[in-house]
Amino acid sequence: MTVELGFGVLVLTLIVTLYGVVAAIIGVSRKDQRWIDSARYASLLIFPLLTLVVIAILYLIVTGHYEVAYVYSVSSNATPLYLKLTALWGGQAGSLIFWSWLMSAFTSAVMLRKWNRDREFLPWVIVVTLVTLVFFLVMSIFFENPFNRFWATPMGDRIEAMFPPAGSDLLLPADGRGLNPLLRHPGMIIHPPMLYLGFVSFVIPFAFAIAALITGRTDDRWIRITRRWTLVAWLFLTIGLVLGMRWAYDVLGWGGYWGWDPVEIAALMPWLTGTALLHSVMIQEKRGMFKQWNMLLVILTYDLVIYGTFLTRSGVLSSVHAFAQSAIGPLFFAFISLTLIVSIWLLLLRWKSLRSEGQLQSLLSRETLFLVNNLLFLGLFIECFWGVNFPLLSELVTGQKVTFGPAWYIRATGPLWGGLLLLMGIAPLSAWQISTYKTLGKAFWKPFIFSLLAVAAALALKVREAGALIGFWLVALAFAVTLYEYWRGIRARHNSTGENWLKSIWHLTGKNRRRYGGYIIHLGVILMAIGVIGIEAFQTQTQGALTPGQSLELGDYSVKYQSLAEWDTRDGKNITRAVMEVSKNGRVLQEVYPRRDYYYDSQQPMTIPGLRSTMVDDIYVILVDWEPISSRQATFKVFHNPLVNWLWVGTIVLILGSIIAVWPSTEREPAK
Amino acid sequence: MQRKFIIGGILILAAIVYLIISSSQANAQYFLTVEELEAKKQEMSGRELRISGAVIGDSIQFDPKTLALSFDIVHIPGDNTEIEKLGGLAEVLHQAVVDTSRPRLQVVYNGPRPDLLKNEAQAIITGTLDEAGVFHAEELLLKCPTRYDEAVPAQVEN
Repeated sequence: MTVELGFGVLVLTLIVTLYGVVAAIIGVSRKDQRWIDSARYASLLIFPLLTLVVIAILYLIVTGHYEVAYVYSVSSNATPLYLKLTALWGGQAGSLIFWSWLMSAFTSAVMLRKWNRDREFLPWVIVVTLVTLVFFLVMSIFFENPFNRFWATPMGDRIEAMFPPAGSDLLLPADGRGLNPLLRHPGMIIHPPMLYLGFVSFVIPFAFAIAALITGRTDDRWIRITRRWTLVAWLFLTIGLVLGMRWAYDVLGWGGYWGWDPVEIAALMPWLTGTALLHSVMIQEKRGMFKQWNMLLVILTYDLVIYGTFLTRSGVLSSVHAFAQSAIGPLFFAFISLTLIVSIWLLLLRWKSLRSEGQLQSLLSRETLFLVNNLLFLGLFIECFWGVNFPLLSELVTGQKVTFGPAWYIRATGPLWGGLLLLMGIAPLSAWQISTYKTLGKAFWKPFIFSLLAVAAALALKVREAGALIGFWLVALAFAVTLYEYWRGIRARHNSTGENWLKSIWHLTGKNRRRYGGYIIHLGVILMAIGVIGIEAFQTQTQGALTPGQSLELGDYSVKYQSLAEWDTRDGKNITRAVMEVSKNGRVLQEVYPRRDYYYDSQQPMTIPGLRSTMVDDIYVILVDWEPISSRQATFKVFHNPLVNWLWVGTIVLILGSIIAVWPSTEREPAK
Repeated sequence: MQRKFIIGGILILAAIVYLIISSSQANAQYFLTVEELEAKKQEMSGRELRISGAVIGDSIQFDPKTLALSFDIVHIPGDNTEIEKLGGLAEVLHQAVVDTSRPRLQVVYNGPRPDLLKNEAQAIITGTLDEAGVFHAEELLLKCPTRYDEAVPAQVEN
């Protein structure tokens, strides 16, 4: 019953969505507000409808309706309730519904805003968001139906279908297969929703951009309306990416956090173009420049979001993420091509009206540096796109598949990341329009000296790698400049208003949340960079077989094997866990517990490291193997990961900065 | 005045292109099947390669003391559509392991034994081929399609 009901509502949602698109277009062509209002109500109806669909799926999962193929594939009797709820996005069919559901929620939020000043945008925003939804709903209904059930045909075949083939009986499995153990981790539970929230919220700026192109209202209004959406989208995407890294670090047990896997890159690409967009819209607002460029970036980001959803879910590329395989690839490709062609065509139609109002005047002006920032982000995107697609391309052209590993990406992207750090250390000090070496130098020399001191300190600490030294220099410079810039603002305010220092900080940030929130985001990124440099440049490792009482030595650290135990848990897994004692220079610090979980239902083992984590370094211990009978000898691998914790701490700072920048301001927008 | 900016922009783009090309020369990996590697042994020796094949369970040898791992892989087609035509990855892997006439490749690796390394798993291995025809792996990527792709349940209550 729930199955039919859920599917019925899903179909109804598609009808309502299609109606919304048609009504909006009729409303525009007849200039009839009633049709447009009707389209708006239809858009508002989609969210409650899809909520019903989501409830139906959750009900089926929680009550164990394993005759439904999706429920069978992501849940089992032994699955705890919280994992059953999150199984909604544990597989492909559910993920697509979840995507649509989030999209409908955001569409509703947009529909509920005040439209008085932007009436002409409304129908086109409806069309763009709803067409995107139509695509995902069609995907769900015709290709990845979450309500498909198992049937036994009279011929003795077992098939998966929505409606019973003639004369067939429903198959009722007693238990499901359960969620892939690798996905049963807190990081993995919130990683997909965060990524999807980021993906979905990028659709909103795109919808407004297209509305601006169609209506010809190509001033910066669309940017002012959507800048907060863009920042929210960017924040969620960032959180999603970092949670994925944390998951890899905690669960995959290879001592790292980022493997330049195609699926990781697929999620990184919209982040790169989105970050470029966040910066360059500021130039359009302040100086009326880069308008065509911003349109291009928002279009690119939208299609990369769809591409990212497709890559993460289609299994076209061999990857650790390839949990799902399906035939929906060509459809995604068609949709991406279609939206890209239409958007670019619209952009070319309006190309002239998007001309720059100003010109670049000085090589060191803020807008020039923003342009360089954009070129670097675009360069990173091009490299990633090239890296991911080159294997397919080379196979087509030469018949020989050539792939790129992490070494390629590190070498190709490294200098560009460095360039971005350098810009972070210069741009905040440069002035708009005209900036000379002299004025810049005046502001620059103090932070510059600080950065040289930091390099001297690194040398004193026996850091000799050139890459790491350059990295630390850039980080120190950007850090000093950002703090210095903040400090100059506070001092000016303190001196002119006579407020105390704390009040000055508070009010300065409050008055210009976007700017100072942005600086806090920069500080977060700088801290993250420290973590990345630390693990990339200084990671060391050792491995060996030990009997209890023996130790592995790594630098100043010693990891002693104490004991090993093995037991079954009530939720269907076997745990083998070692007790290891970590000491530094002979002083005992703490125990860590590397372990191996073996899941009986899926016959899959999972390696979980034992971790001692401080702000200076992580000791990361993996239980590799052991003698099953005697439980005496076991093999371990130990990683020393300096500074990696700064990556996670930096992320928290970045989130704080984003919240400050996004926080709705009570002041009214300045009239243009 | 504007010329300065155009030159600057071109310089940045040139740098990006240079980074892509020089990195490609230094770090490109050829993706080959076992059969293709067999055919181009001389040419590919010493280069960084990625090889895809099916793991033969009986050949896996692992010494937990030294972490020396050795196993054989057997040729499977590299093309996805061809794999689909032959009945899916699970079927292709099974056929490959059973077929003793197909070319095989010995792989050696130093490090922990991966959880998914078992009979009929698909291995995608990065490393280099030595002159004796043994493949020295630096990275192992393993996939077991059978476990998570069986579409219809076997056990049914009724």
